Amino acid sequence: MSSSTNADESAAGIEVGTVVAERTVQLTRESLVRYAGASGDFNPIHYRDDVAERVGLPGVLAHGMLTMGLAVETIVEWLGDSGRILEYGVRFTRPVVVDADSGAALTVVAKVGAVDEATLRVDLTVSHGETVVLGKAQVRVRAGA
Amino acid sequence: MSVNPELVGRDFPPTAPYLVGREKVREFARAVFATDPQHTDPAAAQRLGYTDVVAPPTFAMVIQDLTLQQLLSEPDSGIALERTVHAEQRFRYTRPIVAGDELTARLRVTGVRPFGKGAMVTSEAEITDAGGSHVVTAVSVLLIGGEE
Repeated sequence: MSSSTNADESAAGIEVGTVVAERTVQLTRESLVRYAGASGDFNPIHYRDDVAERVGLPGVLAHGMLTMGLAVETIVEWLGDSGRILEYGVRFTRPVVVDADSGAALTVVAKVGAVDEATLRVDLTVSHGETVVLGKAQVRVRAGA
Repeated sequence: MSVNPELVGRDFPPTAPYLVGREKVREFARAVFATDPQHTDPAAAQRLGYTDVVAPPTFAMVIQDLTLQQLLSEPDSGIALERTVHAEQRFRYTRPIVAGDELTARLRVTGVRPFGKGAMVTSEAEITDAGGSHVVTAVSVLLIGGEE
């Protein structure tokens, strides 16, 4: 390799490890009902304490797809065009219990995980308190604007 | 009944066309805390080169869900909703979904693997527009618990 370019930098000069966006989203039971209506996922474990308890859950849970959806939205303003997203995948590793009174605060940190000439990989860390709730939450995006 | 391994390779009919409405995109955007104006303001979307508001990336799930309903309603699938856990989800995009799109999904079960007492079922929904062009492929991994 004769190039003097740092191996961790893309043509756009974005370094691996750079935090490109972060935010905290406060979920409430209303958020879950709103997502149920918008998505069509009316599984009662997402709004009924009695059903959640009966099936052995620790409480009413956020839809995994709500967590996945709000996580990726964290980077859209930075991307400029959400059409730059080529691929997005997650594993649902830990449930997010949304308390009827206090809700649940989810923190999303988006960090550049890898770069090559044409694409970037952005790694999303989504935490509820000390618990990371999504595994391998990775977005592959087209480099440049 | 346990999960039927013969689901792999079975042909499912395409879902009925789903017309993506502007207000539905706005409603979904609000639900996933999508604040960027490309999701809600047609002028902002047009500045990016789109004909109308751009759906958030995970909106594809709404279309994919129609295929999962097909899977759950197969009489011999052995998949019971109350024993189903969503384990993984992935989307591969050719382009984002935009209001005005008329989308059809075709389901393929790509894997049924034993997992504990139950099974891990991988399915793909290929979502195409009215012209037949690929928009996004949605891949779900469902964990189906075994019966006690």
